[in-house]
Amino acid sequence: MLTRRKLLGTTAAFGAGVAVQALLPAWARSGVHNNVKGLRALSGTNFDLIIDKTTVMIDGRRGHAITVNGQLPAPLLRFREGDEVTMRVTNNLEEDTSIHWHGLLVPFQMDGVPGVTFPGIKPGETFTYRFPLKQAGTYWYHSHSGLQEQSGHYGPIIIEPKDADPVAYDREYVVVLSDWTFEHPHRLFAKLKKMSETYNFQQRTIGDFFREVREEGLGATLNDRLMWGKMRMSPTDISDVTGATYTYLVNGHGPKDNWTALFTPGERVRLRFINAAAMTIFNVRIPGLPMTVVQADGLNVQPVEIDEFQIGVAETYDVIIHPQADRAFTLMCETIDRSGYARATLAPRPGMEAEIPPLRPRPLLTMKDMGMAHDMTTHGDMTTHGDMSGQDAMDHSGMDHSGMDHSNMGHSGMNHAAMGHDTMAQGGTMQKHNHPTGVGVDSTAMMPVNRLHEPGLGLEDVPHRALTYADLKSLDPNPDHRTPEREIEIHLTGNMERYMWSFDGVKFSEVTEPILFYKDERLRMTLVNDTMMSHPIHLHGMFFDVVNGEHHHKPRKHTIIVKPGEKLSVDITADAVGDWAFHCHLLYHMHAGMMQVVSVREKTREKAQ
Amino acid sequence: MKYLLTLCALLSLAATSVHAQTAADAYYDPAEMEKARTALRQETGGQTFTFVQADRLEYQTNEGEGVLLWDAQGWIGGDINKFWFKTEGEYFLDADEFEEAEVQALYSRAISPFFDLQVGLRHDITPNPSRTHAVIGIQGLAPYWFEVDAAAFVSDEGEVTARIEAEYELLLTQRLILQPRTELSFAAQDVEELGIGSGLSTVEAGMRLRYEIKREIAPYIGFAWNRKIGDTADFARLEGETVDSLSFVVGLRLWY
Repeated sequence: MLTRRKLLGTTAAFGAGVAVQALLPAWARSGVHNNVKGLRALSGTNFDLIIDKTTVMIDGRRGHAITVNGQLPAPLLRFREGDEVTMRVTNNLEEDTSIHWHGLLVPFQMDGVPGVTFPGIKPGETFTYRFPLKQAGTYWYHSHSGLQEQSGHYGPIIIEPKDADPVAYDREYVVVLSDWTFEHPHRLFAKLKKMSETYNFQQRTIGDFFREVREEGLGATLNDRLMWGKMRMSPTDISDVTGATYTYLVNGHGPKDNWTALFTPGERVRLRFINAAAMTIFNVRIPGLPMTVVQADGLNVQPVEIDEFQIGVAETYDVIIHPQADRAFTLMCETIDRSGYARATLAPRPGMEAEIPPLRPRPLLTMKDMGMAHDMTTHGDMTTHGDMSGQDAMDHSGMDHSGMDHSNMGHSGMNHAAMGHDTMAQGGTMQKHNHPTGVGVDSTAMMPVNRLHEPGLGLEDVPHRALTYADLKSLDPNPDHRTPEREIEIHLTGNMERYMWSFDGVKFSEVTEPILFYKDERLRMTLVNDTMMSHPIHLHGMFFDVVNGEHHHKPRKHTIIVKPGEKLSVDITADAVGDWAFHCHLLYHMHAGMMQVVSVREKTREKAQ
Repeated sequence: MKYLLTLCALLSLAATSVHAQTAADAYYDPAEMEKARTALRQETGGQTFTFVQADRLEYQTNEGEGVLLWDAQGWIGGDINKFWFKTEGEYFLDADEFEEAEVQALYSRAISPFFDLQVGLRHDITPNPSRTHAVIGIQGLAPYWFEVDAAAFVSDEGEVTARIEAEYELLLTQRLILQPRTELSFAAQDVEELGIGSGLSTVEAGMRLRYEIKREIAPYIGFAWNRKIGDTADFARLEGETVDSLSFVVGLRLWY
């Protein structure tokens, strides 16, 4: 049966070679004609995917991409829940490649991570992936080889639900966000290793100093500078790789290309956002148009109306918009460090444009982002300075509490009312660090706090509704209600100066043992972010039940942003035997070592050994 | 012996890893899997990089006399262990001769989040008579963002000297950067033939204003001031040399 969505979504599915704009699938159709090449949907159960090098045009400039079927992003794959699909992937590159099906619950030997779940796909080789589809929703796929993801090797997946879709809409678009650089990714990474601030052109200057002296007074400004200086850290370290090298893309289109999605006023439009960037966390808003979040990481959530959301690398959000006016809207996807933006237009007719809002000033990190929850000391039940006498023993790279000025640290951003006291209590105690801290660890969070009630770095003060993880509640009750039998704590660690990243102070190159899960156990994974950056943490093969309250509607996610200085918990049902990649989805953090393997094993067999 | 131990440690590490995660061996050729695992480990935190930097590559003019000065360093290695080289020197254009020229070859090991310990050799090509020194030093980022390079030297004649260098960066804008720099030299004894006196022997201070066209390419202008102290100054006076000088400089800072 051809549904309305199918008509809109897959008309070009079998029309190989058809490049007429009108015949392009809805998700790829744009009001602009200069980069329509390659945005196609494929559907069915059998797919041929060819990995190759392709010349692409980004904002009028020629670049070399690694593509799937010659397309950037790779073709939209439209699956149907319950089907078994077969993908023959041919590697035409001169190096190994792979495809990982991000968020899909597949048998581990089909997960596509070279060196963990399979050997990779050699040049000239065709590898066949085959697996049943146990879920529905918005997902994506990408290379897990080297830095290919940076070069364009990613594409969207939509899995149609077997039963009726609880989300009603008249039209849908996929919005694949990504970051593109004309530099070679290996050169880019090498620069970060040599000079980690290479791409940060938003550091604090002498001018900022004098402005702050005027605003805050000399004493406070000096104290602030001395405090950060003593730690040898910069409160402007928001993104490692920025608009200084990146062009930010929507469905392969730069801001100048202005990808345009058409709607008829009064329609309910479903936007399926996928953050397929290598390194960029985006803040997404549509000025003048509220969004109702209906899905997160492929799974339905109870609808929540918001005006802006932060989307970490590898996360997906589906939202419904309901534009009534006969006017264009700008889909504004500002980077977390506000060094650039991806932009698209929603319009009733091609060629229409709306105003592009100016980039907002980049945020500055605070002591809270350092895992020193000092801006919460006013909260009564929080520890005061006097209780922290034990800190010297913790090798905290020379932090000076005397130098801190609390008036300077953005209390205004805190929503005390919204913070549950249980989470405060969790964060209010001194954090233990039972992991190696050596050269690769430049700080440890002494008092990390739960920040699930906060919308993400830099959105604390926006004058409108910004989504928080605490707002998300799954539509269906969680399949597993068991209380976790075991808790494991994992610390996100790094050294910004040397550009080293790791879990528990150990880079993947030095890891000797995987993280062990036992088959069917229910366990709690607590993540402590010792660094000053937001890390989107991704576990393959299993979903995280994000512990944002004591209820059975925890949002289930494959990727979760752990904010700087945050401690949060996710519950996991270890129902998928095998070895699974577990890593920060910021590509260069993973490449620098922020990765581990989670090995799910039969408990009895383990004992027998 | 130490290398042998490291090698053993590496081998045993590799061996444990083999047994650590092998679920895929049930589906794919275990030898192929092991190759892929080794490659993944190496490329996920174990990479080697090469860095070359000409911190100062400049022309100095002091009362009409031209001097070319270079100060470059670089390394090859991973996060912890590196081979590090440094070279610096001065060439007097009018006299058409090298005033100073030295090279250092060092083993560098990261010993803390912000500091490397460096040991190795330094060879002075000029002045004559030339010297070779054993070097031990530390280099890194001190609190409050001071780039510090401090080293002690023992020459093949038994003389002990030391040098400490510190740099700081003030951002006028994101690309216009003012860099004060100071270098102090010390000696444990008089080395008359080289004109070095014991104690603090020379002080150098400079200020350079650079513009980063790209991060890697930055032309600069500035000034440099040198002063010989104590016995070193006396030796210079005996030779009829000046004990202090102020130069204007124009140069280029490069890295790759």
